[in-house]
Amino acid sequence: MIKFQNVSKIYPKNSFGSETKVALGDISFKVDKKEFVSIVGKSGAGKTTLLKLLLAEEKPTKGRVFFDGKDVHKIKRTDLFKLRRRIGTVFQDYKLLPLKTAYENIAYVMEVTGYSDEEVARDVTEVLKIVGLSDKANNFPAELSGGESQRVAIARALIHRPDVIFADEPTGNLDPYNTSEILKLLLKIHELGTTVILSTHNKAIINTLGKRVITLEDGKIIRDEEKGRFIL
Amino acid sequence: MIFLLKRITRAGWLNFIRNSGISFATCFIIGMTIFLIVSLFLLRDVTQFLIQNLQEKIDISVYFKETAPEEDILKLKEEIAKIPEVKSVEYISRVEALDHFIQRYKNNPVVMESLNEVGNPLLPALNIKAWQANQFTAVTSFLENVPQKDLIDKVDYYQRKPVIERIFSMATTINVIGIIFSIILATIAILVTFNQIRLAIYSSREEISVQRLVGASNWFIRGPFLVQGAISGVIAAIATLFVFTLAVFLLSPKFEILFTGLNIFNTFLSKLWLFLLIQILIGIILGVLSSIIAIRKYLEV
Repeated sequence: MIKFQNVSKIYPKNSFGSETKVALGDISFKVDKKEFVSIVGKSGAGKTTLLKLLLAEEKPTKGRVFFDGKDVHKIKRTDLFKLRRRIGTVFQDYKLLPLKTAYENIAYVMEVTGYSDEEVARDVTEVLKIVGLSDKANNFPAELSGGESQRVAIARALIHRPDVIFADEPTGNLDPYNTSEILKLLLKIHELGTTVILSTHNKAIINTLGKRVITLEDGKIIRDEEKGRFIL
Repeated sequence: MIFLLKRITRAGWLNFIRNSGISFATCFIIGMTIFLIVSLFLLRDVTQFLIQNLQEKIDISVYFKETAPEEDILKLKEEIAKIPEVKSVEYISRVEALDHFIQRYKNNPVVMESLNEVGNPLLPALNIKAWQANQFTAVTSFLENVPQKDLIDKVDYYQRKPVIERIFSMATTINVIGIIFSIILATIAILVTFNQIRLAIYSSREEISVQRLVGASNWFIRGPFLVQGAISGVIAAIATLFVFTLAVFLLSPKFEILFTGLNIFNTFLSKLWLFLLIQILIGIILGVLSSIIAIRKYLEV
């Protein structure tokens, strides 16, 4: 389903004299349909860069990224939305729309995909209940705590039933109780047939999952195990 | 399709309300531009009026000798009236000329007394008006070749010629300067508006990139901004109409003192709907077009 083929990403120096940075160095791996993959690594190991390349937000310096057999970097800019609708993303920095309420933020993804108003109302109310934010539906992102924003972001990523969910540090701001709830939610979605890619540096989560783990260090894959553990 | 339009319109309206500070500033700037452009329209009317007024006041007089028989003069009058450049010809006999003279100087005892002494010193004359000032040459060259030439005492065109020509070249210059000035001002105003909208959209650039990343198509992102631009334009147009009407109403009497016969308020009222239409069109075009251009850059994520 997703294939990274000899992908490198090198960020150039900036005008303030920083060094060129190799975010990813010659990375290759595949994620099959309905797989649950965790990507672990320290901050700066290149986890978020993987996501940016998959969403065609940035171009790789070398190599190719395939989604469903198509090179995502060959898709026209005006058609990229079709790819992005199939990938539900939980961004590390949430990326909520500041002028929309929690409810509207989640509804937005369904609206752009073309669901009817009734479907939007039904599903958004339901998912807000699942992430425990029914009482915050009409709050703007600035009025939400970090954990609440993160849960809105998660709700937004899964509401339109995408083929793939890429969750970039989805539990970084959650307390242990909410963390395990979100994890259960991701596992449930996975059981229903969605491919899930979870990027995290939370050791406890990985060790309880018992699923495939890809370990990144300094932009390179140092381990890729079927029933992996968090070893760094 | 229709429900998509409804969604986009709703989103645009919500953005407009929730971004009220920026929306207000945008309305204000668009309003200023509309005000300026409409003022230029009205100013054009005023200068047209003044130039026309001026042109109507210009004529040349052909004075005949005291002995010239009236029927010869009237015959010449008919011939002059046939010249296509001539707007009107008026015959003033000696008696009429004297009446006009007495009317004008009846309060001046010195003039009246001397008039009594000399009798009627005035000559019969034809007053000729042309459609345009430069057409008077056609009339004078015609006069030089008529059989009644001997009856003509003098044509005062030759004395007035420099003044007439200066007035008309001035009128042309005023017109040209007015048009150039209008174009420059309108361009500046449009650029300022464009910049204001660009800033408004610049402040939403993060949002636009997020919308792209969660899978919104370009038109779904652009739509609300266009709606927002259009709303700003309409509100600005309506607000400007009120302010403008008030301004014209208050200024109109002052203008009337300066230029008799010119009532800008009535001129404005007679074209109120046209002005409203122009204002709304300017507002919407400015708002929407600026948004389309300004947003392009941020849709490249």
